[in-house]
Amino acid sequence: MPQTPPARPKLSHKALFGGFFMAGIMGFGGVLPIIRRVIVDERRWLTQMEFNELFSLCQSLPGANVVNLSFAFGAREAGVSGAAAAVTGLLAAPVAIVLGLAGLYARYGAVAPVRHALLGLAATAAGLALGSGLRIAVPILKIPRNVLLAAAVYGLAFGLHLSLPVIVLLMLPLSLALAWRAVP
Amino acid sequence: MNLLGQIALLFGKLSLLAVGGANSTVPEIARITVGQKHWLSASQFSQFYAIANTAPGPNVMIVTVIGAHVAGVAGGLVATAAMVLPAGITASIVAALFDKHREARWRRLAQAALLPITAGLVLAAACLLARQSDTGWLPAALTFATALLTWRTRLHPLWLLGAGALAGLLFL
Repeated sequence: MPQTPPARPKLSHKALFGGFFMAGIMGFGGVLPIIRRVIVDERRWLTQMEFNELFSLCQSLPGANVVNLSFAFGAREAGVSGAAAAVTGLLAAPVAIVLGLAGLYARYGAVAPVRHALLGLAATAAGLALGSGLRIAVPILKIPRNVLLAAAVYGLAFGLHLSLPVIVLLMLPLSLALAWRAVP
Repeated sequence: MNLLGQIALLFGKLSLLAVGGANSTVPEIARITVGQKHWLSASQFSQFYAIANTAPGPNVMIVTVIGAHVAGVAGGLVATAAMVLPAGITASIVAALFDKHREARWRRLAQAALLPITAGLVLAAACLLARQSDTGWLPAALTFATALLTWRTRLHPLWLLGAGALAGLLFL
């Protein structure tokens, strides 16, 4: 079977770890823009189109999108150990930092000024979740059937506190059935 | 079952249910860790979410903070691994298998069907966090202003988080 020759040699584990490490440590408030810059603009590991394809695949699968992307990209480049290199690269610094913050919280979280700052921080983070949620949701809700489905999911999760497996089990077949007629 | 086992099982299960990203699982994580297992209070949950957002890195790290709170550094590491491995392995396999089927209908179908579920879940997550952290008019105003700025502008989240922490320090 004819195959297009690879444009470049496969990446080393060191390169994978290094690239994803940079993306992880610089990814404040969302890793996607940074990871795109590292992979597409700076290191030219993928073209923008290739990146879009891989990312859209990772988005349609469960899990954190950028983590999935580092798994899939690392595995494609250097197999299982490549995936391990990319993912540990991505997560090493953030996990270390967040564990440090959790340790500080355990020690100082109850001290009055820290507690007050954390209350303000939490309220702001809730706003971030709402703002980015709206960014995600509003374009999706331009399709009428999505409004009904999303409202039902919202009600089941926020109003009735149903468990996530139950919500997915209830709503995914319905959503698939409706999409079946709409998607060519 | 010991704590680490419980953590691994809980987040391992959620990993494959995180449709459209990790934030979709926030309502479920709160339901189980706050409501069922009583590992932390509702107010702590919002604060942990905030801490995870303040650090760099992907937003799965709410589970790292919760794991660390429940069972120390080992708990944080186990929670993180449990949350990323099942979904990541699935993504690697599917990406390898279906690299050649870029335009396949199943993919467009799956995406179209998952989008409204993601939309409902991320909005539920946001409202849950708002309810847990908005204990008065000032936190509510912070949430509202941040939501508006995040939705409508490209302002970097770190500025907003810094301003929020400062407002809390001074006025709460």
